[in-house]
Amino acid sequence: MTVAFLLNGTPVRIEGEPPTRTLLDWLRESRRLTGTKEGCNEGDCGACTVMVTDHSGSRALNACILFLPQLDGKAVRTVEGISGPKGEMHPVQAAMVAHHGSQCGFCTPGFVVSMAVAHLNGATDHDDQLAGNLCRCTGYAPIVRAAKAVEGAPVPDWMKADRAFLSAQISRGAGGSAPGAFQPQGSDELAEWYLANPGATLIAGATDVGLWVTKQLRELRPVAFLNGVSDLQGIEARGGNLHVGACVTISALRAAVAGRLPSFAELLRRYASQQVRNAATIGGNIANGSPIGDGPPALIALGATLHLRRGDEMRSMALEDFFLDYRKQDRRPGEFVAGVSFPEQAPALRCYKISKRFDQDISAVCGCFNVVVEGGVVTSARIAFGGMAGVPKRAALAEAALLGRPWTEATVEAAAEAMAGDFTPLTDMRASAAYRMLTAQNLLRRYFHDLNGLPVHVLEVAP
Amino acid sequence: MSMGKPLPHDAAPLHVTGQARYVDDLAIAGALHLAFGLSTVAHGEITAMDLSAVRAAPGVVAVLSAEDLPEMPDCSPSAHDEPLLAVGKVHYVGQPVFLVIAESHLAARKAARLGKVSYRELPAILTVDDALAANSRFEQGPVIWQKGDAAGAIASAPRVIEGAFEVGGQEHFYLEGQVAAAIPQEGGDMAIHSSTQHPTEVQHKVAHALGLPMSSVRVEVRRMGGGFGGKESQGNALAIACAVAARATGRPCRMRYDRDDDMVITGKRHDLRILYRAGVDEAGRILGLEFTHLFRCGWSQDLSLPVADRAMLHADNCYHLPHVRIESHRLKTNTQSATAFRGFGGPQGMVGIERVMDHVAHALRRDPLDVRKLNFYAPQGARPVQTTPYHMAVEDFIAHDLVAELERTSDFAARKAEIAAWNRQSPILKRGIALTPVKFGISFTLTWLNQAGALVHVYQDGSIALNHGGTEMGQGLFQKVAQVTTHVFGLEVERVKITATDTAKVPNTSATAASSGSDLNGMAAKAAAETIRARLAEFIAEKHQVKPAAVKFAGGEVRVAGEVYSWEQVVAWAYQARISLSSTGFYATPKIVWDRVRGTGRPFFYFAYGAAVTEVVIDRLTGENRILRADILHDTGTSLNPAIDIGQVEGAYVQGAGWLTTEELVWDGKGRLMTHAPSTYKIPACSDRPPVFNVALWGKPNREDAVGKSKAVGEPPFMLGISALMALSDAVAACGDGSVYPALDAPATAERVLMAVRRVEGV
Repeated sequence: MTVAFLLNGTPVRIEGEPPTRTLLDWLRESRRLTGTKEGCNEGDCGACTVMVTDHSGSRALNACILFLPQLDGKAVRTVEGISGPKGEMHPVQAAMVAHHGSQCGFCTPGFVVSMAVAHLNGATDHDDQLAGNLCRCTGYAPIVRAAKAVEGAPVPDWMKADRAFLSAQISRGAGGSAPGAFQPQGSDELAEWYLANPGATLIAGATDVGLWVTKQLRELRPVAFLNGVSDLQGIEARGGNLHVGACVTISALRAAVAGRLPSFAELLRRYASQQVRNAATIGGNIANGSPIGDGPPALIALGATLHLRRGDEMRSMALEDFFLDYRKQDRRPGEFVAGVSFPEQAPALRCYKISKRFDQDISAVCGCFNVVVEGGVVTSARIAFGGMAGVPKRAALAEAALLGRPWTEATVEAAAEAMAGDFTPLTDMRASAAYRMLTAQNLLRRYFHDLNGLPVHVLEVAP
Repeated sequence: MSMGKPLPHDAAPLHVTGQARYVDDLAIAGALHLAFGLSTVAHGEITAMDLSAVRAAPGVVAVLSAEDLPEMPDCSPSAHDEPLLAVGKVHYVGQPVFLVIAESHLAARKAARLGKVSYRELPAILTVDDALAANSRFEQGPVIWQKGDAAGAIASAPRVIEGAFEVGGQEHFYLEGQVAAAIPQEGGDMAIHSSTQHPTEVQHKVAHALGLPMSSVRVEVRRMGGGFGGKESQGNALAIACAVAARATGRPCRMRYDRDDDMVITGKRHDLRILYRAGVDEAGRILGLEFTHLFRCGWSQDLSLPVADRAMLHADNCYHLPHVRIESHRLKTNTQSATAFRGFGGPQGMVGIERVMDHVAHALRRDPLDVRKLNFYAPQGARPVQTTPYHMAVEDFIAHDLVAELERTSDFAARKAEIAAWNRQSPILKRGIALTPVKFGISFTLTWLNQAGALVHVYQDGSIALNHGGTEMGQGLFQKVAQVTTHVFGLEVERVKITATDTAKVPNTSATAASSGSDLNGMAAKAAAETIRARLAEFIAEKHQVKPAAVKFAGGEVRVAGEVYSWEQVVAWAYQARISLSSTGFYATPKIVWDRVRGTGRPFFYFAYGAAVTEVVIDRLTGENRILRADILHDTGTSLNPAIDIGQVEGAYVQGAGWLTTEELVWDGKGRLMTHAPSTYKIPACSDRPPVFNVALWGKPNREDAVGKSKAVGEPPFMLGISALMALSDAVAACGDGSVYPALDAPATAERVLMAVRRVEGV
């Protein structure tokens, strides 16, 4: 498999590398570009952050769980390329020195890249931009001071060069010539190949599959890299619904729902980190079948419809019906998630994520509520949870206890009691079963107060 | 002059551009890569080991296990109880059992998973209760120190308040994992690159493993990507493994732990249970106090004894305890061997007494800050001088003034009233606030460690090379020592070349630990520089027929008898005059004497102080919680570098708050660590820092003659994070009527906060 991309402004062509070689290992071991660090090798610390530019713009990604073929036709900038061609410091780098933003310095290259990408994109939501970069020394305060200090500084020319160069010159690699690795250029190609290779692993953002390689040390063959499947990357508003392609990233989805479904957008703000949201896809989040993914509970509460494709055959189902059992989905061999559609308005939707840490954490409990009240009476109730069962699951008994009843505290109490029969959660390192159950019930109580306009979340309290 | 300036970290320009080199960044031609195969059971006898698949794996050069190493190297910093590879038995899940030597890091990791090791499982001692039941411990029995008659004072006290408090451990989560490399030298010598806080110990352990004198092993440490105590002893195994493998293969060998392996193999901060019984008067004054510390030390002794000692030494914090008894159990369990971590037991001791203060105030329905201040030591200068539980006179107590100033700058009283009013109208969300002080003892409690050496060269062009025994882990030590050194010569810090810590340049160094780095190495470097300056002064003075004291070094110039010469000119003349321009320097901390067995003496040269106000908000429905604001006033004496010191304070506070809030280590019933990666172990992220974060330095000179009248800063501010836990306790208490104490354990995760809320609600 030939992979071609721009590295710090210079075109590179790579041949003969295993398709699941990570960009991080390649940078450090083959190119001796050691500025990019390995901190965790699972996408949680950001020490390996690089900037990747393609037609849709520039974004920060974790190089440790990024496979070389995912970069085909793109431009990569490491910390070495954030400095200018003559070694000039980027304004972010100078500010990090001036504001004492580095101590041990090991996380610093990753921070610098995240900050430079945010600076390039004009983003000033620093806490969110940096949620995927862990620092153990500084307590972050001087880093944010540095980020604020350069908000208005001009973007250096070299930071703008990748996009110009990209559209003009870079060609993709030759594509799917490696044994057991395929780079489809559209969903038709994917459908045909996957039908013939139903045991293959499909790799979109690699934010989970990456760990199968870096942590479980699995050999994945055959594999298909979906980054070229552009017809599954669209978001379309049609007939009151949003139709979202499977390869839409969480970042793109978040932007699309921001004005329409603010509580869903807030949940997606807390979905992992910037680097992970920039890579992870909603199709991957669903197809993975994890009981603790944050996308499915919200989508189920919205009444989403899942679209699957197998060869030329399409079928659709209610999203909750896709999840059969722990890590078992209603997906036939050779069938893949093509997209998901859901109402673009749901004023009563509220999504609550409970985790040990607010940012870049996996939910202990994720509760999503969408209760419609007409004339004081509940006419529709969709309540879905992650973290409460082996699959993302609706709280059927609680919903039944609400439906047709007056929307009062007494009804909510009864429904919260009923919810005890909906789930038998587990105890694990994130939370005990007792805490999960109690919190799930309390989230329904919170929802009632929330719709009544009471402040219910600690993140709403200003210092 | 350079001392006292808020200069950036000396390596900051290298950090931000990715040019700063860490051990794994070094290009080492022909190097092999190592990985350990790990025990999968907490306690067991190895009954069979089949490593054929490991040996046959692609890229594997050799595999070593106990049978290949008849004289098994030891990795322990203390008790010679840590074989490099398990011999016969395993003692925790994650203990290295065999060593893979391969052509690449990935090949070594992959092969290490292929070992088939059979065990006969033995009963595993995992918890404090398991260990107490089995009397599984280090030392013969508990260590007990006392002053006065605690039991008698408690018996006659008007009120007795008692409780039990669980305090979790903490993973260091240095961003750079453990890493080392060994490069064979001529004649069987070995050169080591190690990410260690203790190069001399690595040198000593490698020499021992190879049967070489220490002079045949050279250890170099340019920088670490974070240490926090986790690289005081935990890097030994990697360096020894590399050295053993390098000797076996004749090729350079390097090893780094994957993050999950790092967290599974290495020790963490000790968790413990604290039992307390306090006799108090109606105002909350402590009349008598008994503490029991139940430390879970893990499988080997490592540094647990001095860690537990330091917890006892900080069981008083800022409070005068006239009658006190502290009983400390160092329990041996089948888990990772708990180790040094910033504060070295001090935080565990201190959080215990702060819990007592909080509990006493709650029980008496008094303001916790009033109770704290009521129990403060007498201020500096007061007579008679009060003593600590270990009978050391507290002569430098400044917390009265420091806390009063922080109360003023943080607007503490008004905010407390405003929060109470806010809570009355907020049914679901509750805020809390707390002020806690810190008094932390500075010096190694093993007295002979309080020494340091330095080496300063002045070259004939006037440039300077500086070397000392301290290691740089991000704390800015190198820059501070460079500032001290150039100050002696009246030069700016740019004139000095800071060089890597190297056992061939400065021998017999102590670990860079106990916050002592700049105190010890700064003084040693100052001594070296002063020796050279004295030679230059004498030489120039003689030329001008004046006394050496009349020669002044300032602003890059040397002034004598009305003449002004450039530094370079004077150095050049001195060189031609055959004056030695190189010197070592040495320092040993004065005044300290300590009898550990009896628990009496002056273990500390001085105390460093600080105080923090933290405000939090909690959700009584979910227990979710968040810091809203922190105000800190911290004592660094006359700061050598205020920017670096403020960085230490900010970072330490966030790390300390993380210890007590989101950072939770979870082991399962088989002794397996379930939180072994950042996906499950949650250190503070960017948005967890206090949104309002005011940090100021107290800035009055150290009354003792420490370097530049400064005070050590590495560890003391870590314990400012205790205010976050106490603020959470305050917020939880606001959910009830005051009749039930929250008794909030640590870390105060959302789950623990919710369960505490339910206790005070009476659910």
